[in-house]
Amino acid sequence: MQTQSEEARKSEKRSQIINDFSITIATVNGSGSQTSNATILRSIFKMGIPVSGKNIFPSNIQGLPTWYTVRVNKEGFVAREDESDILIEMNSATFNEDLAKLKPGGVLFCDEQIHLPFERSEIFYYPMPIKEIVRQVEAPPNLRDYLANMVYVGILAQLIGIEFEKIHQALEFHFKGKSKPVNINFEVVLRAAEWVKQHLEKKDPFYLEPMEMTKGLILTDGNTAAALGAIYGGVQFASWYPITPATSLAENLQNYLPKLRKDVDTEKNTFAVIQAEDELSAIGMAIGAGWGGLRAMTSTSGPGLSLMSEYIGLGYFAEVPVVIWDVQRIGPSTGLPTRTAQGDLTFIAFLGHGDTQHIILLPGNINEVFEFGWKAFDIAEQIQTPVIILSDLDLGMNQWMGKPFEYPDSPMKRGKVLWEKDLEQLDGKWARYLDVDGDGITYRTVIGNRHPQAAYFTRGTGHDEYSRYSEDPQNWHDLLERLRKKFVTAKPLLPKPVIERMVMSEIGIISIGSTNPAIQESRHKLAQQGIKSDFMRIRAYPFVGEEKEFIESHEINYVVEMNRDGQLNQLLRIEYPELANRLRSFAYSDGLPLTAKRLFDFIQQDKE
Amino acid sequence: MTEQIEAQGKRSGVNLVGLTKMDYKGNPSTLCQGCGHNSISSQIIAACFELNVHPEEVVKFSGIGCSSKSAYYFLNRSFGFNGLHGRMPSLATGALFADYTLKGLGVSGDGDTASIGLGQFKHLLRRNMKLVYIIENNGVYGLTKGQFSATADQGLELKSHGVNPYMPVDIAWEALIGHATFVARSFAGDPKQVKELIKAALNHNGVAVLDIISPCVTFNNIDQATQSYVWGKDHETALHELSFVPRAEEILVEYNENEVKEVQLHDGSTILLKKLGRDYDPTDRSAAITILEESNACQCLITGLIYINPNQPSMVDMYNLTEKPLNRLTEVELRPKRETLLELNNTF
Repeated sequence: MQTQSEEARKSEKRSQIINDFSITIATVNGSGSQTSNATILRSIFKMGIPVSGKNIFPSNIQGLPTWYTVRVNKEGFVAREDESDILIEMNSATFNEDLAKLKPGGVLFCDEQIHLPFERSEIFYYPMPIKEIVRQVEAPPNLRDYLANMVYVGILAQLIGIEFEKIHQALEFHFKGKSKPVNINFEVVLRAAEWVKQHLEKKDPFYLEPMEMTKGLILTDGNTAAALGAIYGGVQFASWYPITPATSLAENLQNYLPKLRKDVDTEKNTFAVIQAEDELSAIGMAIGAGWGGLRAMTSTSGPGLSLMSEYIGLGYFAEVPVVIWDVQRIGPSTGLPTRTAQGDLTFIAFLGHGDTQHIILLPGNINEVFEFGWKAFDIAEQIQTPVIILSDLDLGMNQWMGKPFEYPDSPMKRGKVLWEKDLEQLDGKWARYLDVDGDGITYRTVIGNRHPQAAYFTRGTGHDEYSRYSEDPQNWHDLLERLRKKFVTAKPLLPKPVIERMVMSEIGIISIGSTNPAIQESRHKLAQQGIKSDFMRIRAYPFVGEEKEFIESHEINYVVEMNRDGQLNQLLRIEYPELANRLRSFAYSDGLPLTAKRLFDFIQQDKE
Repeated sequence: MTEQIEAQGKRSGVNLVGLTKMDYKGNPSTLCQGCGHNSISSQIIAACFELNVHPEEVVKFSGIGCSSKSAYYFLNRSFGFNGLHGRMPSLATGALFADYTLKGLGVSGDGDTASIGLGQFKHLLRRNMKLVYIIENNGVYGLTKGQFSATADQGLELKSHGVNPYMPVDIAWEALIGHATFVARSFAGDPKQVKELIKAALNHNGVAVLDIISPCVTFNNIDQATQSYVWGKDHETALHELSFVPRAEEILVEYNENEVKEVQLHDGSTILLKKLGRDYDPTDRSAAITILEESNACQCLITGLIYINPNQPSMVDMYNLTEKPLNRLTEVELRPKRETLLELNNTF
């Protein structure tokens, strides 16, 4: 008997799917599902299982459909999937389309008030008596709608095995330790779980089991990482204007700066954050502050950058250090404010009229977001030019696992700034735009310098080395050539590409930014099919030089990016025209984070 | 590297900080002979000299246009930034956060302020940024050769552009309803008044708007235009004769008490206003609104200090900044300690 039952258990175990599935939670925007979804995500993370959460939400405050997808994967592949194994359906309006994306043999948890017929006999179906369970909890009537979403947390937890202790911890995290909301939400979770014990029998194969894979990791979003990076980079001035999906970056500055950056003795601020009247003003203030010698920044998204382009062009030409975050959303035009893309790359590279070129940093995970957040100030001040960091909605607003943020490993580099004592040593002899060192980077003074020779007149008009107005043809030509030289000087300061190779690889894959998880997973799957690949994730523009060798070492390099026109591919072709026939564009953009399957299918078909 | 301005004539007259007027000069003007803007530049120089302000303590800002070019023609030893059209207010706001001890001086024009710049102008006012904001108002675009600006009189006829069909923007009026804490109007042909107003403005702890009618001798000096010399001279009615008394000076009031209104500024300096026949109180906002309305109705150019509120905190005051100017802070003050990041990591 015993042997038999053990065998039965073993066979049951074989049919179990453990720590490898996707969950989609379909709700109505504004119903408070964020708390519930964040709780599911964080409690799984706290169980040590690799996980990611993506909020696919409408540009709307209340009423439109919204989805949250959770990817659980024991091997650490946490890119979004198009189809899910588990669907939690709380929105009758999207019932049919959501069900169509449920994988064969998947699980449907459905609010029992959604009385819609369906023909999917192969799926596992669990109705959820949401109202009934909420009614059991003593809660103010205005909270009941929000608490309704906690019911699915409890039901899911009981059925797939999320540890309740971890749910409690996740709630404590979410409510910052406030016991009242933690208790009331947790009570709903427990009651829902209790209902499952009494009424449901588990038939589906999906299980969670604790692991150690997230030990020592953190889970947060890129906009938080960006704000903290800036703060540890010594940001002194930030001016901004609200725009999805960049808003929370500035809000995080407002949240963290008072805690981290008050003078210890006097409680005075070493910073100022200003919500400007629009992006035209936000960038104007940031350029003014950068010119005045402050570590200055702004954060925005595509439409904001369109507005900022004139001042950024002035910043380039007048050589003003400033850091600009572009948390990209999909365009052109207003586009879809709540959907992601990598469509601003070529726009930013040459932003502004006339001959302009900008330094771009391209973080691909929250650790790089933090690191580039402080490093960008060093680069901007050393090169005396705007530095633009391209994040995106997925990286900025969704929760990503990462290593703990690392403290800056080098002192601040403030660039070539002359103060009173420096000018005394020079006997007042200097010129703002005179290339003394031959690296294209000239010396500057900033306001408040009381030396009588310190001042100069900054202008966006043609100027000579002394910043005097000049229409001299040679002068103009030389100035523009020197500006070009600055970008050569900048290269060693920029982050190098991350290159990962496989033994006996035959193809190269090149990308930027948040496509990283999907690419890693595709490479894994392609390798299983015998297609081995090397991978180069470019992290800065202008290209630093190593890109060339990588491209040369493969006959085919797939350039993977989330836009229509293959903008990274375009920039690579401009830089390395002789290698153009080795570059093959995979550019795809629909507003959602890239999936591994899409890239896998493309490369596999292309190889056939 | 500040350019040395060739001394023309003798170096005479040293002020309390040991500088002569030459130390406040700028580069030679490239504006037209007789341009009202040149006269205003001269009064900026005179005002700073007389106030004993080190030029290094003033920062100049401007936008785009003839007026904005003029920032190069005074205070050569002051830092300056010639920014974008209509967007000098944001530039100045950001820059002045770098060192709150400095005096900001912005020069704009009617094209710069009353068109693209109207938004930034109004927001500068509501924040009460400590900045002198001079509008050299001539009702016309000079650098692009004579188009109407938004402050041009309705019905004004210009050579190549016909008749202006639109109502004008009244800058002093916009400033007043926009909660500016210092609103003055003057006329470039009245240098004494211009100078005293600039002096008072430089000591005002907040935004100080000076709408100075500054005739364009080339494109808009038609006698009947509000922004012409002839019209200005004929129609100017000063609200009061004014003089500015810096804090350091001994105040010698020579007027009868009931003829003089004294307005004390934030730093203890005062503006003395001598009545000119009318009993006008520039701290009364509704009186200011009335006087501007009367001025429009009677087609006269009312000049002087129209409104002042010396008690409102300036923008920088609201930010609780360190005593040491922000741009002199170093890494020790700017980068939080290592332990703080370890603590933060534990919260994610």
